[in-house]
Amino acid sequence: MNELGVILVPLAAAALLSAIPGYRISARLNVLASLISLLFAISLLFDRPDSNQYLMVDDLNIVFILLNTFVGFTTSAFSASYIAHELETGRLTARYLRFYHAMFQLMLFGMNLALIANNIGLMWVAVELATLTTVVMVGIYRTHEAIEAAWKYFILGSVGIALALFGTILVYLAARPVIGEGMDAMVWTNLRAGAHAFDPALLNIAFIFLLLGYGTKVGLAPMHAWLPDAHAEGPTPISAVLSGLLLNVALYALLRFKILLADNTAAIAPGPLMIGLGLLSLIFAAFMLYRRRDIKRMFAYSSIEHMGIIVFSFGMAGPFGNFAGLLQMTMHSLTKSAIFFAVGHVAQVKGTQRIAEMGGLTETHPVLGWTLVAGVVAIAGLPPFGVFTSEFLVVSSTFAREPLLALLVVFGLLVSFGALLLRVTSVAFGEPRGPTGPVQASYLPIFAHLALVLIAGIWLPGPLVTWFLHVAAMLG
Amino acid sequence: MIRDLLIQGVQMALVLLLAPLLTGLVRKVKARLQRRRGPPLIQPYRDLRRLLSKEVVLADNASWLFRVAPYMIFAVTWVAAALVPTFHTGLIFSWSGDLIAIIALLGSARFMQALAAMDIGTSFGGIGASREVMIASLAEPAMLMIVLSVAIIAGSTQLSTIAAFMASLMVGLRVSLALALVAFIIVALAENARIPVDNPATHLELTMVHEAMVLEYSGRHLAMIDLAASLKLLLYISAIVCIFVPFGLEHGYAIGLVAWLAKLAVAGVLLGVFEMSIAKMRVFRVPNFLGAALMLGLLGVLLLFVSQGM
Amino acid sequence: MQHGLSFDIAHMLAGGLVLVSFMMLYQDRLYALLHVLALHALVLALAVAWQAHIQHAPHLYITAALALGFKAMLIPWALRRIVFRLGIHREIETVVGIGVTMLAGIGLVALSLEVMLPVTAHADPVSREDIALALSVVLIGLLIMVTRRNAVSQVVGFLSLENGVNLAATGAQGMPLVVEISVAFSILIAFIVIGIFLFRIRERFDTVDLQALDRFRGERPE
Repeated sequence: MNELGVILVPLAAAALLSAIPGYRISARLNVLASLISLLFAISLLFDRPDSNQYLMVDDLNIVFILLNTFVGFTTSAFSASYIAHELETGRLTARYLRFYHAMFQLMLFGMNLALIANNIGLMWVAVELATLTTVVMVGIYRTHEAIEAAWKYFILGSVGIALALFGTILVYLAARPVIGEGMDAMVWTNLRAGAHAFDPALLNIAFIFLLLGYGTKVGLAPMHAWLPDAHAEGPTPISAVLSGLLLNVALYALLRFKILLADNTAAIAPGPLMIGLGLLSLIFAAFMLYRRRDIKRMFAYSSIEHMGIIVFSFGMAGPFGNFAGLLQMTMHSLTKSAIFFAVGHVAQVKGTQRIAEMGGLTETHPVLGWTLVAGVVAIAGLPPFGVFTSEFLVVSSTFAREPLLALLVVFGLLVSFGALLLRVTSVAFGEPRGPTGPVQASYLPIFAHLALVLIAGIWLPGPLVTWFLHVAAMLG
Repeated sequence: MIRDLLIQGVQMALVLLLAPLLTGLVRKVKARLQRRRGPPLIQPYRDLRRLLSKEVVLADNASWLFRVAPYMIFAVTWVAAALVPTFHTGLIFSWSGDLIAIIALLGSARFMQALAAMDIGTSFGGIGASREVMIASLAEPAMLMIVLSVAIIAGSTQLSTIAAFMASLMVGLRVSLALALVAFIIVALAENARIPVDNPATHLELTMVHEAMVLEYSGRHLAMIDLAASLKLLLYISAIVCIFVPFGLEHGYAIGLVAWLAKLAVAGVLLGVFEMSIAKMRVFRVPNFLGAALMLGLLGVLLLFVSQGM
Repeated sequence: MQHGLSFDIAHMLAGGLVLVSFMMLYQDRLYALLHVLALHALVLALAVAWQAHIQHAPHLYITAALALGFKAMLIPWALRRIVFRLGIHREIETVVGIGVTMLAGIGLVALSLEVMLPVTAHADPVSREDIALALSVVLIGLLIMVTRRNAVSQVVGFLSLENGVNLAATGAQGMPLVVEISVAFSILIAFIVIGIFLFRIRERFDTVDLQALDRFRGERPE
């Protein structure tokens, strides 16, 4: 029953939060609800419920659920401190705060439901719900740019979702002759069992639609156009949530269908498609990092780049490829959300998001400055952080099989490394530029994330490794 | 043999006699919808008789083409109209009633009409001729697409065979036939100078197409041309009806005749109602309108090539 | 190939939906486009109702009623009111001419038929052609979204895309109610969001013309 807790707690919290007017109480309630969801998720590690027609918990989605609820919890903690400042500067009103907190929990509900759904239709509904709530939240500042970003996100996201639904229908059509009509043909565990007998041509077309549809949500080039604007114009907690959580949920949906396709030997190998899109995203985003003037937009492109690496790695498949992909995904979620937390503080202090107007952060705000440097070092893939471990694993496992592709990956990584380091040095070092008020929010979430990433870079606990290897084997 | 010839002759005569009545019916329906009493149904006959008894007024610079054209137009249109199966299929000359031949006949009538319009050298004639040919340049390809899709389904371009095939109900309801019907109606509206493409009742030069071409004609020449226009309307309606609602064509002459008259009446009323319901479109939008008909015809052919059931 | 009359009617309705999609491509006035949108949803409702009849699936009648009441009546009416209240510019500007757009539409229909019909060769005949025609409607909806500059006409394109996906969902026999609720639900929420956006957009801009919105794209490297 505890898997229900993971979805019912956010739902109940959303209902409650939409009724409470005081923002301090609602911020605290937000954090509390996220904590309770996290505790439920941890309990799933020990007491796994049976699958039924609608929900299931297996090795693959336990990883995602834990990561999701953890980052959701830390983001809600960050948001609680961040929002107070937004209220002061007048960017948000109290009424919108109530709306914001309710939407936050509703989004967590949608994401958790998508992760534990056993029914591909239900998964689609949940992803749609999560997307819609984020669309609304991206536009919450109601400036010209925010509305344009939200509109673009809405249109592209909706087209992606419609294509994904079409792909889902095609999967059902492929399953129907084998499994029979009705609900059974939508249940993932049944689909997995029968996948080898599905019509391969139909599965191929279905996967292409699903890759295009859910791939839009993952932010793969060339369907990425919504991502930079949505990250830059929404409130910072939402940027963290988008990068750290929503992209993962969409990736999870893709992985589920990839497993189905991998089980059917006559269908096309999903690998090359994913490799192609992943490489395209990686190299495209790496180059785009150079000319960004807005700090959040730059890190948004970094998210596209990392999702490209992750999809590439899952496309390479095999035990090392999948393991590397899982590790990279976890590290990226933690690091990117930490970076966005730090960037949020920086933006609040400096009053702007433009890189040219920030500078000398390590002098004026040493803790914040060095934390930001640490975060960027982590995301750029330098040791001793965990991202280095996963990227190294990606490159070495690829090199053993396809050296040319590994060279391309390394090329992309180097290009992005250069850009990130250039920009972060201009922000963190040099002459102080911009206002220098005190930072009013808590550093705890950032420290927690970066600590985890650092620990993972130095020492991956044994049980974790075996667990990931087990999931990697499941991914085929 | 003599009997068959007689029946074919009866069809030719019927078509000629009923054409003005159809035009009168459409005008009456439109008038009634406008809450007028409207001219009596036989008014077109009276108009023809009046015109035939009047003197022909020719421009000074009219050539032989101008004088000969009305007769040619009338003859060609009458032949085409007489070939379309009306109350029965399989008449003695029905082997020549090929859709492509009918399109060619109507095309030559249009050609002569356009030449005659330009013959005098007035600007109205020039406008009318150029607009008419512009409409034709889109309507004819659309018509050919329609013919292609119908012919693929029925296996022949001969109207009698097509009608017999459609009447046998082997065909079922097909999407490409529906698309062909919509396209055919659009083309028929354009070719017969009906609203929304052209207003048959107008005498405003900016909105005329057909009227502009016949502006200089008078007397018996004008009577021939008017009768040819009525015959063309009857031809198109008979063609649509025999391809898409061919019921009653296989059951004997009397039933066929009654069915055909009923279908003509219904079509006339529907045309009148349709003309009253929408406005005439601007001339530069007409290519879009006809382009849509071409696209529909193309889509119908495409569906036929790609799938068997559609 | 001999098909029963019921199959033919199903294909006729699906083909009718493609036809109405072409009519949408053809429109150049905003109110007329909204009328065609209502017609689109009406044909969808008829197609879904017919599917409910031949599949003996009574729950599909609910979907048909939802399509009729909500998508054929409520949404076009609400969009009309939005257009009127916001005083939106009522001519639809297209990126390329209508003729070229319609040619592109034909190309997309050809593509979708070529792709879907061979792939579904083993599925049952009714579903096959319905899915192929539904994909055509989806692609034409995408084409409408891509070739229009006005935000309301983009929304209309998106709604027709959803109708196409709805047709595909009902064409796949036996698909459980979960999906039908989900499609209907997503459209409901989507419309609320659209409404909110259009009103918020009006507060900031004088027009819903996307070229005006483009000035505020943050992507310019300057």
